[in-house]
Amino acid sequence: MNAPEQLYGWWVPVKASTYAAQLDTQLDIFHWAMLLIFVLWGIYFVYCLAHYRARPGVPAVRGQLSVAKSMVPDGIILVFEMFMIFVIGLPVWAQVMETFPEEKKANVVHVIAQQFAWNFHYPGPDGEFGRRDIHLVSSGNPIGLDDSDPASKDDIVSINTMPAPLGKPTLAYLTSMDVIHGFNVPAFRTKQDVTPGMRVRIWFEPILRGKFEIACAQLCGLAHYRMLGNVEVMTQEEFDAWIQKKLADKAEL
Amino acid sequence: MKGAAVHSQTQTGGHEAHPQLGFVRTYVFSTDHKVIGIQYMITSMLFLLSGFFMMLMMRWQLAWPGQPIPIIGQFLPETMAPGGVMLPEFYNQLGAMHGTIMVFLGIVPLGVAAFGNFVLPLQIGAKDMAFPFLNMLSYWIFLVGGILMLSSFAMPGGAAQSGWTSYAPLADLAPPGQTMWLIAMTFIITSSLFGAINFIVTTLNLRARGMTWLRLPFFVWCQFVTAILLVLAFPVLQGGAILQLLDRVAKANFFIPANLIFGGAPVEQPGGGNPLLWQHLFWFLAHPEVYVLLLPEFGIVAEILANGTRKPLFGYFELVVSVCAIGALSFIVWAHHMFLSGMRTDVTKFFTVTTMIISIPSVMVLTCFLLSLRGGSIHFTTPMLFALAFIPMFGIGGLTGLPLGFTPTDIYLHDTLYVIGHFHYVVVTGSLIALFGGLYYWFPKMFGRTMNEFWGKVHFWLTVTAMNGIFFPMMWQGMAGVLRRQYDPTAQIHNHPTLPLNKVMTISAICLALAQIPFVLNFFISIFKGKKTSANPWNATTLDWAACPSPPPHGNFAGELAIHRGPYEYSVPGHKTDWSPQHVPEKELS
Repeated sequence: MNAPEQLYGWWVPVKASTYAAQLDTQLDIFHWAMLLIFVLWGIYFVYCLAHYRARPGVPAVRGQLSVAKSMVPDGIILVFEMFMIFVIGLPVWAQVMETFPEEKKANVVHVIAQQFAWNFHYPGPDGEFGRRDIHLVSSGNPIGLDDSDPASKDDIVSINTMPAPLGKPTLAYLTSMDVIHGFNVPAFRTKQDVTPGMRVRIWFEPILRGKFEIACAQLCGLAHYRMLGNVEVMTQEEFDAWIQKKLADKAEL
Repeated sequence: MKGAAVHSQTQTGGHEAHPQLGFVRTYVFSTDHKVIGIQYMITSMLFLLSGFFMMLMMRWQLAWPGQPIPIIGQFLPETMAPGGVMLPEFYNQLGAMHGTIMVFLGIVPLGVAAFGNFVLPLQIGAKDMAFPFLNMLSYWIFLVGGILMLSSFAMPGGAAQSGWTSYAPLADLAPPGQTMWLIAMTFIITSSLFGAINFIVTTLNLRARGMTWLRLPFFVWCQFVTAILLVLAFPVLQGGAILQLLDRVAKANFFIPANLIFGGAPVEQPGGGNPLLWQHLFWFLAHPEVYVLLLPEFGIVAEILANGTRKPLFGYFELVVSVCAIGALSFIVWAHHMFLSGMRTDVTKFFTVTTMIISIPSVMVLTCFLLSLRGGSIHFTTPMLFALAFIPMFGIGGLTGLPLGFTPTDIYLHDTLYVIGHFHYVVVTGSLIALFGGLYYWFPKMFGRTMNEFWGKVHFWLTVTAMNGIFFPMMWQGMAGVLRRQYDPTAQIHNHPTLPLNKVMTISAICLALAQIPFVLNFFISIFKGKKTSANPWNATTLDWAACPSPPPHGNFAGELAIHRGPYEYSVPGHKTDWSPQHVPEKELS
């Protein structure tokens, strides 16, 4: 397990998912480009301030640079931006946001957000999610799981702790029971608004074991700042053992 | 600046026959665009100050969470800050109100209504706005809206607390302060619409003879495009606000989906609404609104730059085209605020492309400003310092917008303090800096006296330094993943490494507050005791300076003006002076 100080620092957190490195590269390209543009502009700006400061006997000169020439930097920036979108950006966007792992090969989980907790609903060994009904919601049944549905017999519900196997994609379906929340795992570079009335798919594949903070990204009320959870990344064996233990706990009740 | 003032018969601005008005009609319920402009200016600066104090309290909580707020804390009621320690719901109220007040009651009315009202008719050679009574009505409706907004802190449960964006369904289900927010917004929007219609009609119809479109000062172009944006975008939020109001008071379900549980109990409403609809309506206004926050300031900076460099603006036509392009494009970029809302991912591609494209006219404006310095004779007066600082500071704001408008990098940066740093660089070190410059620049025209240059420069250096001390660390925290709208940043583990920056930001904010003391004193003392000034102390070419006395009388100009040339004819070879006013015939200059 990594200690928090190894995960989070003065720059982006540790890269704990498969796509974190790619997204970071894009952040890097942008920030180097921004720095370059700013420094070049800055040098010219300071040069102008010093060189063209008002001096007695030196009048302003109306000579004009041609407008076409002045648009060269604008053109360069436009080309850079289009290059970033079509060559660098869209393929990664497509991979992260539009290409999903097959359900059979993934750890599928329903994330049900509420003020101010994260509920994680796992289908259990049968791979099928039981029916949910908000009228069944109670303190012992936070997501309103319908026990009369056979598919829900081996379902597992975990609050604020989201176990996920290492080296296998996790496919999560996000829904909200009340207001808009934001599912956000900084170490994975995963972020998605969780909007009531909608079901949104996301995926991530962890590459490091450990506990990774989930922090709500969208203002959801007075305890928004404490709407926290953890993705606990473990090996497949540990994950299976966790499932078995939760099933045993459930059987005891 | 060389030469003697050029006098013509139209310049001394004698009085026309006007009936004498009493004090109330002259200074309170005035229909004179100049008085209304100054009313707007003072009012919006007071709102800026109140929004700033809200931010100071929030910043205290962020730097020293759980510690009693010094001085102010003991005066706050139990429902806000028991024992002087802020409650989370009060923090959220301050956050929502800070955003709302700064945008809708501070920067926009200062840039559009105050400077637009005062300067635009003078620059086009008009005797007043097209609809003076509507203009007065606009101010008073604005004031009612602003007072309602501030008074919402007294509502049960406090003021609006769902962010300045008021996302549904949180805002739909929030305490009654939200209803007050919606009602107040309706007043503010109505006032803006009255003002914007007035600006459009005035610019179209009341230009002096010979004031063709390409002889308009750039400031007028900026105000004109801004007014069009307001007229087209604000009604959408007006409609959205009324729908949300109906959701709240009439259970209308425009933005509430079915099957919600709120406060432990199912929401007994049929649902069927869509929360994303609110976001579309809100951002359809609020992205053009970003340019409403910015375009008038482009105009102010351009006026000051041309005057302070003693040469024509570089690429006047390019600037005009850029501003029109920004105006048009600003209507098709709104959903870049919603990349992660759950909106279809292929739709985001359209918006990321338009967002990148809209950055180009902004870059063109900045390039033109930068090239305007080339060959100039730069006078480092106080307004000029502010206008010059706008260029690199707005540059940072613009550049940091790139990774936010670009979908893959926005995944990580969305909702972090990077966003907050970015738009504060645009709106504070950009727009507000420009507005300060405008205040120093047009102060002599407004009051016939000048502000103290020394204290102006002190104000400038302290302000710019302190602002950077607040907003630069913000972006740094954003890179570390620190989220916005967090009452207690210590609650989240990933925030811990960069927590010390919160103290840097809070101390900078306190310094920024202190840095405004010389400004406020300078402003009010100069109104009454400042050095008396001539009609055209900056030796400017535009009509507001060259064709009427300071302050201009009711009716502004004596007789009819005829315009002979473009707005920035500085250092024309063969002319007696290095400024050639727009209304002076060629033979009087050479």
